[in-house]
Amino acid sequence: MLFAAQAQEAAGNDGLMLNQFLLLGAALFCIGVYGVLARKNAVMVLMSIELILNAVNINLLAFGALHGSIAGAVFALFVIAIAAAEVGVGLAIVLIIYRNRHSVDLADVDAMKG
Amino acid sequence: MTLASGLLAADTPVAQNVFFYLMSAVIIAAAIAVVTTKNVVRAALYLIVVFASVVGIYLLLAAEFVAVTQILVYIGAIMVLMLFGIMLTRAKIGRETDLTNDNWWLGLATAVLLVGVMGYALIDAYSDDKLPRDTQVATIVDNSGQGSNTATVGDAIFSQYLIPFEVVSVLLTAALVGAIVLARKDRG
Repeated sequence: MLFAAQAQEAAGNDGLMLNQFLLLGAALFCIGVYGVLARKNAVMVLMSIELILNAVNINLLAFGALHGSIAGAVFALFVIAIAAAEVGVGLAIVLIIYRNRHSVDLADVDAMKG
Repeated sequence: MTLASGLLAADTPVAQNVFFYLMSAVIIAAAIAVVTTKNVVRAALYLIVVFASVVGIYLLLAAEFVAVTQILVYIGAIMVLMLFGIMLTRAKIGRETDLTNDNWWLGLATAVLLVGVMGYALIDAYSDDKLPRDTQVATIVDNSGQGSNTATVGDAIFSQYLIPFEVVSVLLTAALVGAIVLARKDRG
């Protein structure tokens, strides 16, 4: 029933659904959010942020493909460049924390706690 | 529109769908492994699997230049940096029991809530949209009406997006100089 109705509305020139990519991006994003919130090790938190950035890239490219625009790919490249900068600075900060405290446990970095 | 209609279209190319769901399954499984495994090095290796499978999704969207950049930058550079970070912070190479916060369930609740809300919103808003079949054969648009996505990306970066591109270059230089300054041994 459902599929018959869809077959009717689907034109001959259609490809994949947009929502496939958006839902994959949403799932990947939420897994990354869980990793950022739940992990203790600072390096693991950085890895989870990479998951989130990849989810964003999938969304950018999917919308670029939907609108036939190259802007999605261009901004995906910018996101990749920003991610490289972020990992470089992030790991340097993690290294300093490790050098000063001999631990990368984020629960130990509580000097600002009142 | 139901969930099924958001995920499956009747008149879709079968091969692309099979490839998409195969890649999606690998991505989701490996991503969950990244955030749940008890071994830091293994998490980094699972992350490589995620990146490599996301490359497949990019190719499906006819973004071959982004796909190659992802391999070079993410798998080639960022993951090596991550592994260096793991080694330099002397993480235990074997199993480690203390990688997850005590209130991890709060993060889990947030993530489940977020995926529910986002999934509902996406299915509600976009379940009728289909990508044009054209994007799957490696051309989106070109000024002359032909050419590859790579040529189009290069053209766009050095004309329309020139200033953002230069800003990103300066930012990258500043960030890497900053990282070197921060990580130097003889600094205080």
